[in-house]
Amino acid sequence: MDTVFLSRVQFGLTISFHYIFPPLSIGLGLMLVIMEGMYLKTQNMLYEHMTKFWIRVFALIFGLGVATGIVMEFEFGTNWANYSRFVGDVFGAPLASEGIFAFFLESGFLALLLFGWNRVGPKMHFVSTVMVALGSTFSALWINVANSWMQTPAGFKIKVQNGRPVGALITNFWQVVFNPSTMVRLEHVIVGAFLSGAFLVLSVGSWYVLKNQHKEIGRACVKIALVVAAICALLQLFVGDLNDRMIAKYQPIKLAAFEGHFNSQGSASLSLFGWVNQADQTTHSIAIPGLLSWLLYFDASHPVQGLDSTNPSNWPPVNPVFQSYHLMIAIGMLLILITLLGLFYWKRGTLFDQRWLLWIFVFSVVGPLAANELGWFSAEVGRQPWIVYGILKTSDGVSPNLPAADVLASTIMFSIMYLLLFALFIFLLDRKIKAGPVVAEPDETAEGSELLLGHARMDP
Amino acid sequence: MILQIIWFVLIGILFAGFAILDGFDFGVGMLHLFARSDNDRRVLLNSIGPVWDGNEVWLVTGGGALFAAFKDVYATLFSGFYLVLMLLLLALIFRAVSIEFRSKEPMKWWRTLWDINFFIGSLLAALLLGAFVGNLGHGITLDANGDYTGLFWDLLNPYALMVGITTVALFMMHGAIYLVMKTDGELHDRVRGWVNNAIIFFIICAVTTTMVTELYEPHLTQPFKNHPVLFIFPMLMMLAIANIPREIHHKRDFQAFLSSCAAIVLLLIVLSIGMFPTIVYATNNPAYSLTVYNSSSSQYTLRVMLVIACIGMPLVLGYTTYIYYIFRHKVRLDSHSY
Repeated sequence: MDTVFLSRVQFGLTISFHYIFPPLSIGLGLMLVIMEGMYLKTQNMLYEHMTKFWIRVFALIFGLGVATGIVMEFEFGTNWANYSRFVGDVFGAPLASEGIFAFFLESGFLALLLFGWNRVGPKMHFVSTVMVALGSTFSALWINVANSWMQTPAGFKIKVQNGRPVGALITNFWQVVFNPSTMVRLEHVIVGAFLSGAFLVLSVGSWYVLKNQHKEIGRACVKIALVVAAICALLQLFVGDLNDRMIAKYQPIKLAAFEGHFNSQGSASLSLFGWVNQADQTTHSIAIPGLLSWLLYFDASHPVQGLDSTNPSNWPPVNPVFQSYHLMIAIGMLLILITLLGLFYWKRGTLFDQRWLLWIFVFSVVGPLAANELGWFSAEVGRQPWIVYGILKTSDGVSPNLPAADVLASTIMFSIMYLLLFALFIFLLDRKIKAGPVVAEPDETAEGSELLLGHARMDP
Repeated sequence: MILQIIWFVLIGILFAGFAILDGFDFGVGMLHLFARSDNDRRVLLNSIGPVWDGNEVWLVTGGGALFAAFKDVYATLFSGFYLVLMLLLLALIFRAVSIEFRSKEPMKWWRTLWDINFFIGSLLAALLLGAFVGNLGHGITLDANGDYTGLFWDLLNPYALMVGITTVALFMMHGAIYLVMKTDGELHDRVRGWVNNAIIFFIICAVTTTMVTELYEPHLTQPFKNHPVLFIFPMLMMLAIANIPREIHHKRDFQAFLSSCAAIVLLLIVLSIGMFPTIVYATNNPAYSLTVYNSSSSQYTLRVMLVIACIGMPLVLGYTTYIYYIFRHKVRLDSHSY
C-alpha cells in the first residue's frame, strides 16, 4: 500500500463519484433547453411545469458536481506533484481555461436558472438556461483537451536537464488543444452525457406513466427523451467506432488490451465477450474471425498490433480493461435496442401500453451512467503504465515526500463522505421525483412560506 | 520577466476576487447560527443563494491559473499542504451541500444538522485559507526539488493560526456587512448589532497580526522600509478599515461593503508587496525558495494564458455584474428559494 497505489485508488474513487454528476448536468442541460424552448414556442404550460420540475432536479445534481469537482482540480497538485511539475506548462492551460470559459459561465447563470423566474423575462431566463447548458458543455471540452493530451500528446517538446527529461513545454497551443484524439473523445463524452440526461428523463417519465401520476408530463417526458436517447444511442455507436480507429493508431497497446489481442500476426478476430488470462497470454472468448481487422482497416486479413509487440511491463491490466470495454459496448448496444423498440411502439401508437418496456426504461437510467464510468475506466486504466502516454510513467508522477499514511487518511475520508453524499443524493432525488412537478404555483411571501413548509408536496 | 509579474498580479486578482466574493459567503455561514428562527436562517441562506456557487469558481480558477502560470508553486504548495488542503476540501464540500440540502426537508433535526454543517464548513474553510496564507508569509522548509520537508503540524504554527483567526474575523465582518445590505425589517436591525461586534473582533485581530508581523516576520516588512513610498498601501488599508464603522454609523451600507472589499484587496496587496518576488519562502535554504521568476511556466504558456484571460475575464466580469444587478434587492423568499 504505497503512495502511488493509494493515490491511484483515491483518484479513481474521487473521479468515479464526480463523474456521476457532470454528464447528468450536461445531458439534463440539453433536455432543459429543449423543454423550455418548447414552452417559449408553444406557450403550453405543460412545458413550463416540466421545465421547472427538471430544474429542481438539475440543481441537486449540479451542486454535487461542483462539490466533488473542486477535489479533482486540487488532486493533480496534492497527489501528483511531480506530474504537475512535468506537464504543468502544457496541462495547466486547459484547466485554467475551463475555469475562465466554462465554470464561471455555468455557475454564474445558474443564479438566473434557479432563482430568476420572477426577476427576468421568459426570454432572458431561456438565455440563462442555454448559458448553463453551454457552460457545462464547455467544461467537457476543456477537460477533454487536457485528458486527450495525456493520451495523444502533441504540440510540445521535452526539456532535458543533465541528460534527463524534466518537463514538457508547449511549442504549439493549437496542436495541444486539437491533438489527435481531442475531437473524437469529446464527441464520445458529450454524446455519453446527452444519453445520461435523456435516460434520466425517460426513466422518470416512464415511472410517472406507470404509476398513473402526472400523466401528461410523464408522457411528454418519455417522448422527448426517447427521441434524444435514440439519436444519441445510434450516434454513440458511430462515434465509438471513430474512437477505436484513433486508439488503434495512436495507442495500439491500449487497443490490444481492450480486445484481448495478443498476436500481431495475421488477421485479427473480434471477441464478443470472454476472459483474458494475462499470465498465459491467452484470451478465451466467443470471437468472430477477421472482424477486428475489418472494423479497423476494412480488410479482414490486415494484422492488428498485438500485446506481443511490446514488453509486458508496458501493458495495462489486460483483463480488467477487456471486461470494462466490452461491458460498455454491451450496454451501448442494449440502449440502442430499447430506444428503437420504444420508437417502434410509439409509431404504432401503443408505446404507453407496453408496461414491460416502460419498466425497462425506468431502470435503464443506470445504463448510460455505468457505460460512462466503464468507458473512462477503460480509457484511463488502459493508458497505464503511462500517465502521459509514451512520455511519463504513472509511478513517476506521484508527489514525493507524501507519506502513504496521509493518502490513506484522505482516501478513507473521501470514501466515507462520498458514501454519505450518495445516500443523501438518492434520498433527495427520490423525494423530488415522488413530489413531482408542481402544477399550481402559489405566490409566496416570507410568512406564506410557513404554510408551505408543512406541505409534503412542496419542495424548493 | 514582465509576463511573470503580470501573472503574479493576475493570480492575485483572482484570489482577491475569491476573497471579496466567497469571503462574504463564508461570513454569512459563520453568522448563520446567530439567527434563531427558521425563517431568518432561510433569509440568510438566500442572501447568498444565487451567487455563492459563482463566487466559489474564483477559487477554482485561481487554482487553475496557478497551475498554468506557476506550476512549481502549485505542485509544491498543494502536495506540501496535503492534509490542510484535504480538510479544506472537506469544509468546502460540506458548505456546498449544506446550502443545497438544508431546506429540502421540513424536519427540524434535518435543518439544524445542515445549519451546523454550514457553520462548521464555513468556519473551517476561512480558518484553513487564512492559515494557508499565513504559512506563505511565514515560510516553510523545502528541498532542492521544491518539495515540502516538514510535517503537517508545522503548518499549524502560531503565526499561521493567527492569520487564520484574523481571516475568520475578516470574513465574519465582511459577511455581516453584506447581510446588512440584503436584509430588512427586524432581522436587519439585529444584523446591525452583529456588524459592530464583528468590526471590533476584526480590528483586534488585524492590529495583533500587524504587530506580530512587524516583530517576527521582518522579511515581510523589509520591502516597505527599503521603499517607504510603499507605505501608502498599509495606510490605505488602515483607512479602508477605519472607514467601515464610519459608513455603518451613517447607514451607508453599500459604501461600508465597498470599504470592506477595499480592505481585503489592500491586505492582499500589502502581503504581496512584502513577499514579492518570492511566492514560497524556503526557510531552511533561501536558494530553494520559489520565486516569480524561477517557478513559472514558459514564456509561451504565459503569453497564451494572457490572451485567454484577456478574452475570458472581461466576459466573466460583464455577466457577473449583470447577475449581481438582477439580484441587487433585499432578500424575498419565494417558491424557488432555498
